[in-house]
Amino acid sequence: MKLGVLFSGGKDSAYAALLAKRAGHSLSCFLSIQSKNENSFMFHTPAIELTKKQAGLCGVPFLLRETEGRKELELMDLEELIKDAIKRYKIEGIVTGAVESVYQASRIQEICNNLGIECFNPLWQMDQWELLDKLIKEGFDIIIVGVFAYPFDDKMIGRKIDKSFLDELRVVHKKLGINPAGEGGEFESLVVNCPLFSKELSIKEIKAVGEGHSWRGEVLLG
Amino acid sequence: MKVLIISTCTEKLHEAEFVRPIEDIIKGECTTKHYSEVDLDVASGFEKVIICGTSLQDHKFIEDIKMFNWLKDFGGSVLGICAGMHVLGLVFGDKLRNKKEIGYYREKMSGSFLGLEENNDEGEYEVWHLHNSWVDFNECNWNVFMRSSDSSKIPEAVKHKQKEFYGVLFHPEVRQKGMIKEFIAL
Repeated sequence: MKLGVLFSGGKDSAYAALLAKRAGHSLSCFLSIQSKNENSFMFHTPAIELTKKQAGLCGVPFLLRETEGRKELELMDLEELIKDAIKRYKIEGIVTGAVESVYQASRIQEICNNLGIECFNPLWQMDQWELLDKLIKEGFDIIIVGVFAYPFDDKMIGRKIDKSFLDELRVVHKKLGINPAGEGGEFESLVVNCPLFSKELSIKEIKAVGEGHSWRGEVLLG
Repeated sequence: MKVLIISTCTEKLHEAEFVRPIEDIIKGECTTKHYSEVDLDVASGFEKVIICGTSLQDHKFIEDIKMFNWLKDFGGSVLGICAGMHVLGLVFGDKLRNKKEIGYYREKMSGSFLGLEENNDEGEYEVWHLHNSWVDFNECNWNVFMRSSDSSKIPEAVKHKQKEFYGVLFHPEVRQKGMIKEFIAL
């Protein structure tokens, strides 16, 4: 089946894409929404040049649409983007990296259902620690590019998700109940390398911008 | 305890969404097969059967409903989830109807049903719906424990009057995981 992947450049959408490919499906395009609203209900706001570069490393065409990021209007923008993918790449389904987020999942299901295409959520309800363990075992090279919750700070920006990161995250989770997948918006990740990439994403510099417990990494590609 | 999990998914990738979460709740004490691999001989090797849901666009299991006729002679316990609930009703001759429900809904129980109680603290349960259709269960054969709270009053949790067959239109693997554990513990 020809599939489009809702791709943010983070760990969950990349892993979902890998599972779809392994199941024998064709990754026909990656779809990204760039929201002008940093607090978008639906979408992380990835640095689009990074996402585009990642798609290139996967050898998959990249489709982008901008949205103002107002609550229900951004759903209309997503629907238009998916319609465009159906028209241009004849996709028969969408893949998402949704794990627990029912707001995202229900709305994407609704859009796909209205358009008569399949909606695949291969990470749905996956234990979030197990998910992080799997990503490490699968050889995903992932870094943190945004933190938005106590007790995280600028030292987290650029940090690799590895075993020592997970050990520390377990302590924070036990104490404060932080969502280990970061799906609640506690942190954002960037996939630097994974089995879908032809080579590693070359990063020259990451500059932390923000204050308190809210920081973003501005990534400069090499 | 021997539990058979039956997939109704046409696409294998959908099993990651509709079957794997059930396997994760049962934690390995189960065997999973697609419905095309199951007949009465296969099912009779298990005490309990869970028939899982599938995607909104997947209706193949309805076209293949005769492949589930073994259920009429099965003596064990069955839990049908969404598509699985459809299967239970259709095998026993009940009618398919159309109604789309996607997302979280708050519904009330009437009576006790696999750990869900009529008189719980909040008086209602949050359930995850993902379906384009439902089955009009004949109350001569089925007790209804939950109906949709809107005017359609569609059956959302049923139990067969003679058999240990349970059906839920919602997905208990999201938010109501304890219900699956209750079924396994019966």
